[in-house]
Amino acid sequence: MTPFSVLVMGGSLGALDALHEILPRISQNFSAALIIVLHREKEESGGLMPLLIRNCAVPIGFPEDKDSILAGHIYVAPPNYHLLIEEDHFAYSMDEPEDYARPSIDALFESAAERYKNRVTGIVLTGMRQDGARGLAAIKGHNGEAIVQSPLEAIGDGMPLAALRAVPNAKVLTLREIAEFVASF
Amino acid sequence: MNEEDQQSVEVSTEIDLEDIEVRLLLEAIYQRWGYDFRDYAPISLKRRILRIVEIEKVQSISALQEQILRDSSLMQRFLNQLMVSVTSMFRDPHFYLSFRKLVMPLLKEKQQLRIWHAGCASGEEVYSMLILLHEEGIIDRVRIYATDLDQTGLDKARQGIYSIDSIKEYTENFQAAGGKTPFSNYYYSGHGNAVMRRDLSENVVWAQHNLVTDASFNEFDVIFCRNVLIYFNEKLQDRVHKLLHDSLTEDGILILGRQESLRLTSHVPNYSALDRREKIYQRIQ
Repeated sequence: MTPFSVLVMGGSLGALDALHEILPRISQNFSAALIIVLHREKEESGGLMPLLIRNCAVPIGFPEDKDSILAGHIYVAPPNYHLLIEEDHFAYSMDEPEDYARPSIDALFESAAERYKNRVTGIVLTGMRQDGARGLAAIKGHNGEAIVQSPLEAIGDGMPLAALRAVPNAKVLTLREIAEFVASF
Repeated sequence: MNEEDQQSVEVSTEIDLEDIEVRLLLEAIYQRWGYDFRDYAPISLKRRILRIVEIEKVQSISALQEQILRDSSLMQRFLNQLMVSVTSMFRDPHFYLSFRKLVMPLLKEKQQLRIWHAGCASGEEVYSMLILLHEEGIIDRVRIYATDLDQTGLDKARQGIYSIDSIKEYTENFQAAGGKTPFSNYYYSGHGNAVMRRDLSENVVWAQHNLVTDASFNEFDVIFCRNVLIYFNEKLQDRVHKLLHDSLTEDGILILGRQESLRLTSHVPNYSALDRREKIYQRIQ
């Protein structure tokens, strides 16, 4: 069995809309594991999951502590915890927010890079501030692939710009291209 | 070997070194101070240790190890930093709604109650429960044991002093959690702080207890152990579950954190789920 690819994706402002572009394109033959961290206000969190689930052809949900990471699944970080990868499963922490965020994109990306090395693709979507930049650099440092949503079309260009400062040779894609890329697995 | 390959070898060597350093540090701490972190979940532990290395401005994890063997105040600071858990009152309002609906009626049937908050950190969850018990009119029947490994957190919890900036969030959470009274009934404000009402915590015993190395010390009608087990590896989770099971009355209630479950332990058959989503379990054997 060839090891599956691990896609880690993070964003904040505007990223929920981005997911509605990306997730419906994923077919039931999806062969990677996709792990998503979004920063969001508490009020949103109730409404987010049902919408995503309805639009999804593969199993999607909040992982529980120590759940295995499986190909063909989409995992979403629940609010208020950092979601980490440890060996072949998920781990949680309630450490303080990083860059004002919990879940932190950096925390997920860094732990994914350390575990899955060149099997990881990190994708930084639209968003404010700079969470994700350090994590994307860690992914690149472990020979993974780095993708950044084009700051020109991103609703929040803070995150894409910070990610490009940290990883100048990251691939810059439009949201449509990112959706096609993810769906190609 | 091209340049890129060489780089990747160097990166992975560095990573392995850190893992070795972490293991040695934990062994040193255990042998010198008796705190056993060896079966903690490795990734979150390593992230915290690397942050402590940064805060303490030491060169490496090994350098931290050398100093921590000789410096008890550094060990204390290490413990404080390691135990940082940032939470709020009435976090997860849905949980409190469910607790009120499913567990409160069971508690009201009893004349005397014991509740254990295992891993109470700085006390936000304890005060949330005290307020709930007060609203339901059974606070006088309850003795609460609030324990944590970290004395600094316990001291803060005992004082019950929180930043006034958090009160807006706590108030909103409390209302969402079905609070019937104004949240302002339960604290006094002054000097930028909210001080929890003294009489709320009259029946609380605050004590140091280590879930990893200490034994069961009483039988409880309800045990809260929320967002503590996430820091343990599977082997240690199973061991702590035995301790929790041993510490529950025959029909006692066990409450875990939102992303935690019994699934990984050998104690699944000992419980029935009152609310699987909110992780409220009742002991059946």
